[in-house]
Amino acid sequence: MNEERKGLKEKITNSDIWRSIFRHGYENTGRRYTLQILQNVWLHLHPPRISRHALNFRFTWCMGGITFLMFLVTAVTGVLLMFYYRPTAEYAFADVQYLEFDIPFGMLLRNMHRWAAHGMVISVMLHMFRVFLTGSYKKPREFNWAVGVILLLVTFFLSFTGYLLPWDQLAFWAVTVGTNMARATPVLGHEGPFAPSEITQSNDVRFALLAGTIVGPSTLLRFYILHCVAVPLLASALMALHFWRVRKDGGISGPL
Amino acid sequence: MEHFIALVTKPDNVPIVAILFLIPYFIWLSYRQARQTDKAGVPSDAHLNDKVYVWPYLCRNEFVCAIIVMLVLGVWSIMIDAPLEEPSDPTKTPNPSKAPWYFLALQEMLVYFDPWIAGVVLPGLIVAGLIAIPYIDTNPKGKGYYTIKERPFALAVFSFGFIVLWIVLMVVGTFLRGPGWNFFAPWEAWDPHLVVPLTNVNLSYLFGIRDANTANFFGFVVVAGYFALGPIVYLWKHKTSDFLQELGLVRYIIVSFLFLTMLSLPIKMILRIFFKVQYIWVSPWFNI
Repeated sequence: MNEERKGLKEKITNSDIWRSIFRHGYENTGRRYTLQILQNVWLHLHPPRISRHALNFRFTWCMGGITFLMFLVTAVTGVLLMFYYRPTAEYAFADVQYLEFDIPFGMLLRNMHRWAAHGMVISVMLHMFRVFLTGSYKKPREFNWAVGVILLLVTFFLSFTGYLLPWDQLAFWAVTVGTNMARATPVLGHEGPFAPSEITQSNDVRFALLAGTIVGPSTLLRFYILHCVAVPLLASALMALHFWRVRKDGGISGPL
Repeated sequence: MEHFIALVTKPDNVPIVAILFLIPYFIWLSYRQARQTDKAGVPSDAHLNDKVYVWPYLCRNEFVCAIIVMLVLGVWSIMIDAPLEEPSDPTKTPNPSKAPWYFLALQEMLVYFDPWIAGVVLPGLIVAGLIAIPYIDTNPKGKGYYTIKERPFALAVFSFGFIVLWIVLMVVGTFLRGPGWNFFAPWEAWDPHLVVPLTNVNLSYLFGIRDANTANFFGFVVVAGYFALGPIVYLWKHKTSDFLQELGLVRYIIVSFLFLTMLSLPIKMILRIFFKVQYIWVSPWFNI
């Protein structure tokens, strides 16, 4: 029986079809494990080997990885949402309603996008907390900590720009409140201290953010482009730098 | 009470409720490991050199973790619908108007400071301070493991800032701030017509100063004196303290400035809540 099975297995793995798909066999050796990481597009940022303590959930809390996973989820669901959404004041709200009530699984898609975004904000804050508690920002990882701080801000900004897009009361007023701070920027905001008289509400820093003096249709378009194109690109570039530096700075921190 | 339950169970507040459980859990988890290290000593080099292959050991962990997280996210997305309120209407301002939940600590600071400080200067300093951390923390110990004994000051400052000034203020802003951004305890009903007497006075007034110019000068002296505390401590202690010697003057100035700025928030909160102080320094150009 066993012989028979072995013969069958060999027959399959030696067939032309099998060999056209899999270039070689899989030996159970350390060399194979190493190549598996080195030759894989998705996994090559990992080193071939790591310290055993880095596997420990209690040490890493998995929060950096979860943040990245949440980013991927929002990217995929976000692209799907873009098929059904027009960033104009006339259509935005109606498109979200249409998505919720008429598109198959539209509600689920929107829920996943929103909750993954919230999850990303939580996990990125916890990731930072963990990195601080383990002192992982210390030499030689100082610069990567700085990149991480910028990524935290980028995460907030990604979530904030997305908050406006449903174009309902919640979105509109949350963004109105959030951007009202910019009025008070010293020198550059029209209500801030030391603002010269040339700075008015139609040319200050808040105007640049909103493309208007209040949140309006042009704000919606501006936030849409920031949310779907500019900030994700920036986040991806910074993430690539962040992950690369983790590896170059000696991998996950440990007592040394 | 009903409105409070409705508020806590609001779909968009799920993350805040999650944080209420996650933060204590992770504090407990890290505290336990720190205690362990402090008792048993720092893990040795041999421990670090104990290496395993990333494939399959780490990839397997990542995969399992991703599956569990996706499961949680999937259940969350099926059970709870994302909120969608009425279409936006610039003429209908809700009371209270709240920023997204992760900015509510900043919005909460607006109670105690003017917008240019609470909304621009302090957030800017938070970011600058966070980036500066690795460059001003010269303590080489406590890298790559949980410990309390080896870096008590750094841990105390960061934990206070993160847990009290960020997370707690965020929770207060979400759950305990009602119409007019007034404070409402969970059992109190939200009253949009609540009359709050404006009895706050400036610090100079408490000290019996009535003249604007004197008050301006008084405020300047108080604020400058507060920030001068840093250099004074340095002059007083730097000859005898190894810690200050090692830190150096430039780093020390940055550390003391950031530290005093951070403490200014709880100080202002206490002054406002217990002494009804509106401003510490009133000048013709700005108020602090």
